[in-house]
Amino acid sequence: MPQIEQLAATYASQVFWLLVFFGIIFFVIGRGMVPKVMATMDDRDKQIADDLAAAEAARAAADAEEEAWRVQANAQRAKAQALIAAAKLDAAKATEATLAVASARIDETLTAAETRIEAARVAALGEVEGVAAEAAQDIASRIAGLTIPADEAQAAVKGVLAHG
Amino acid sequence: MRVAEGKVDPVHQFTIESLFGTDHWAIGGYNIAFTNSALWMAITTVVLLVFVAGGSKRELVPGRWQMAVEGLTGFVDNLLMANIGKAGRKYLPYVFSLFAFILFANMLGLMPLALIGLHPFTATSHFTVTGVLAIMSFAIVLGVGFAKHGFHFFSLFVPHGTPVPMIPIIFPIELISFMVRPFSLGLRLFVAMMAGHVLLEVLSGFVISGTNAGPGIFFLAAVPSFLLMIGICALELLVAGIQAYVFALLTCVYLNDAENLH
Repeated sequence: MPQIEQLAATYASQVFWLLVFFGIIFFVIGRGMVPKVMATMDDRDKQIADDLAAAEAARAAADAEEEAWRVQANAQRAKAQALIAAAKLDAAKATEATLAVASARIDETLTAAETRIEAARVAALGEVEGVAAEAAQDIASRIAGLTIPADEAQAAVKGVLAHG
Repeated sequence: MRVAEGKVDPVHQFTIESLFGTDHWAIGGYNIAFTNSALWMAITTVVLLVFVAGGSKRELVPGRWQMAVEGLTGFVDNLLMANIGKAGRKYLPYVFSLFAFILFANMLGLMPLALIGLHPFTATSHFTVTGVLAIMSFAIVLGVGFAKHGFHFFSLFVPHGTPVPMIPIIFPIELISFMVRPFSLGLRLFVAMMAGHVLLEVLSGFVISGTNAGPGIFFLAAVPSFLLMIGICALELLVAGIQAYVFALLTCVYLNDAENLH
């Protein structure tokens, strides 16, 4: 086995050249290049994490904005509803007042008309009595030849009318 | 591959040879010849450099290459995060270097480059290499442990809820299992790499000998061996990844002991 047979002759050379080349690898690659590669990877990871965080923050901001918008919209809607309700109430009150005035006027007209009708009815009734009394006098004078005073005729007609 | 009298030497592939006439190089009496092992460690380093550099474009939307590099670093980072927690980030350069070096060395050793005349060499099949990596990991664990917890670090060897009379027995057992860690760490990788390569070499020896021995043996031994080799090559690619992962994972587990102390 050359590893053992040549040990005494070659160990110094093996150790020396290993230290030389491993030293080059350690100092040039291990300490020179690898930290840069790792820094690149860390930067990339950091940038991805930052971008994700920014996206998350933007999403949260959008959510907050939407929430604020909704609150505002709700408040405005409530205000509009209140305005509508007030307007409705006012309108109802105005209508009621107008209706009351109109109703009063109609009642007044109605009452006046009724009074007039009553007066007319009474007047008409009085005339009917007079006409009936005259007719009765006339009938009595023509049939019986009696001359009945107007008062008597009138009383008789009244009594008949009263009895119906 | 040394073929003596029609036989293939399955461990010849692990032989270390000096290259470019550098076998006399030395520092303080220690020979530091630039060997084929060193060459493949250099190739591993270059390939890894190209791979990571190609993915370091730092674009916000990664391309395929950057994705692959980020997948590798992210994988090691997750490993540290899962085993140590947030404090594991500071070990990322070391554990990544460890994982990537072992993975690329294992994989390059399996590349069929012999087809174009190159002989791949698996540096991680030598315990002189894996041992150094294991000792480094162990030393970092010890250093972090004592720096962070001082002598309180020794409480690692007394698990929670140990009855007082059991402490004299538990403590040495835990201490031994702790001290064995660098050996198990280094030997596991070395043995796994070597076993796979030896197996492939032995089977390829069967294919060569069987093919030379006539049609009967060819169909009886060479063809099944070749089919088996295809399967084992796939298995070895898996093992190359798993062993790199195990090495990095165990380093993380040990670092967690040092960092969080139970």
